[in-house]
Amino acid sequence: MHMADALISPAVGGAMWAASAGIAAYAAKKVQTNLDDRKIPLMGVLGAFVFAAQMINFTIPGTGSSGHLGGGLLLAILLGPQAAFLTIASILTIQSLFFADGGILALGCNIFNMGFLTCFVAYPFIYKPLTGTNPSQGRLFLGSVLAAVIGLQLGAFGVVLETLFSGISELPFATFVLLMQPIHLAIGLVEGLVIAAVVLFIKKEAPEILQKTAAGQPFGTISIKRVVLTLFIAALVIGGALSWFASSDPDGLEWSIASVTGEDELKAPEGIHGFFAEIQAKTAFLPDYNFSKPEEPAATASTDQEKAAWPSVDTGTSFAGIAGSLLTLALAFSIGKGLRHLTSRG
Amino acid sequence: MLKVEANWIDLRYLDALSTQSTFIHHLNPCAKLITTLSFIIAVTSFSKYEITGLFPFFLFPVILFSLGNLPTAPILKRLLVVAPFILFIGIFNPLFDHTPIMKIGSVVITGGWVSFFSITIRLCLTITTALILVATTGIDAIGAALLKIGVPRIIVIQLLFMYRYLHVLVEEFIRTITAYSLRSFHGEGVQFRAWGSLLGQLLIRSIDRANRIYQSMLCRGFDGEVRLRRTSTLTSTDIGYLACWLIFFLLIRFFNVPELLGKLLVGVN
Repeated sequence: MHMADALISPAVGGAMWAASAGIAAYAAKKVQTNLDDRKIPLMGVLGAFVFAAQMINFTIPGTGSSGHLGGGLLLAILLGPQAAFLTIASILTIQSLFFADGGILALGCNIFNMGFLTCFVAYPFIYKPLTGTNPSQGRLFLGSVLAAVIGLQLGAFGVVLETLFSGISELPFATFVLLMQPIHLAIGLVEGLVIAAVVLFIKKEAPEILQKTAAGQPFGTISIKRVVLTLFIAALVIGGALSWFASSDPDGLEWSIASVTGEDELKAPEGIHGFFAEIQAKTAFLPDYNFSKPEEPAATASTDQEKAAWPSVDTGTSFAGIAGSLLTLALAFSIGKGLRHLTSRG
Repeated sequence: MLKVEANWIDLRYLDALSTQSTFIHHLNPCAKLITTLSFIIAVTSFSKYEITGLFPFFLFPVILFSLGNLPTAPILKRLLVVAPFILFIGIFNPLFDHTPIMKIGSVVITGGWVSFFSITIRLCLTITTALILVATTGIDAIGAALLKIGVPRIIVIQLLFMYRYLHVLVEEFIRTITAYSLRSFHGEGVQFRAWGSLLGQLLIRSIDRANRIYQSMLCRGFDGEVRLRRTSTLTSTDIGYLACWLIFFLLIRFFNVPELLGKLLVGVN
């Protein structure tokens, strides 16, 4: 579920960072305005609680496997959505920094998938309407399981979309969806059951905790208008960034266009696109690879045409690339070794 | 429950590493944060078939490993723990992308394998630098840096609070789980019937703890404002460090150094 930097592009990562940062700023403002001092340590401790609880294995009856606690929904139930969102964001930050679980650039995606979708979608639109202010055991159970399942399904779908738009993975949309959704249906079910078990226990042992949040003290309220507005802005940001990505970066989309239409290259771009294309040409691994053969221009032209259908790149240059890479790595590591030697002496 | 303890030991270990005193550790956390972010953006911005151009980026983690006096084994171990899921997604590339891209001798290499290899390199680069950042900076300094670049206070406070109590709670959880597994015959994992009560008890205890913490904060004069210690100032060394890396990243992002080196070596020109 945690997305990594290796599979996303800066455009998608940046757009999701912007979206998550916007939501976080909104949540922070909301929490700060109606903050009861008591909640400062409570948020911290509950964040640590979810973090630690996620490390516990819960054996699934009838199978040999085990599941984990889903944090976002439980936090939303205990703290209200805004504070829960901030807490989940900090959990994901610690996970990405200390455990490399999810990348730093992908943090925006992860916060959106696991924080926003559970705290601001699954909790207010599924859990709250189902449970109401004074819920029965059955309703609490149903609400927790359904909200956990739907929240996780949305999150998994978010992962699929973000990976797809990044264009690093070749997985086709349908295959990826079929891969992700059923697995997360099972995971979501277990998460929901764990949350339901905890919520039912708390209702029995310490009902005042649930009553407070359900009654909206001090963070229970959520304005639907704001959520819709935030979603709208997020969609705009994402849409804008993606269209920029689609037009300027020929890797993902245009590559697939080329392979579908059989056309070698799209027509010569102009203006800002031309600038990007130039940079791309300078940096790309393949296309105009052996540009520097001034002594035989005719041959270059013919190789260019051969290359039109992508089949072969000059073996000589490939070899040069490999040799150069090995040399670079060797250089990097010897510089490292040398530095370590120097620092240990000094 | 070895997993809990292993994860916790890793956390403690990174924390301990961040208290060292080296050139890198003394740098301004903002400078380190921005350098790491630019590094990650530069690495991820390459086309998905890029391999050679990524290699010079290894210089960054390698230099930080050396100057920051970091041990390689634990960080590489963490990399191995995280890698499988990402490689699982990446391994589909060779299955779906059969475009021939280059030839080494008589072996034709397809685009799928090239992009898979590229993902693997990105993975190594991005994960090690993220871990290096925290191993050379520490969470308090990262909090200060986040505050400085404009992250709302409440988020930073929440982050630091959570980190502080993580240690306390994980220790408590490990004790609880050990007690549970010593008294049960089910081996690994918590049985269904105990899900609610075990986690629920821990939750109630955590909330009680939060209340005690709040009361002791009040006793020490807490007035709703958490004051964070900010000592770091941006010196010319920090700016130099940042500028050097940024220029280096730009250079190796736009000029394929291994390719040039290789041409020099083989004499293709």
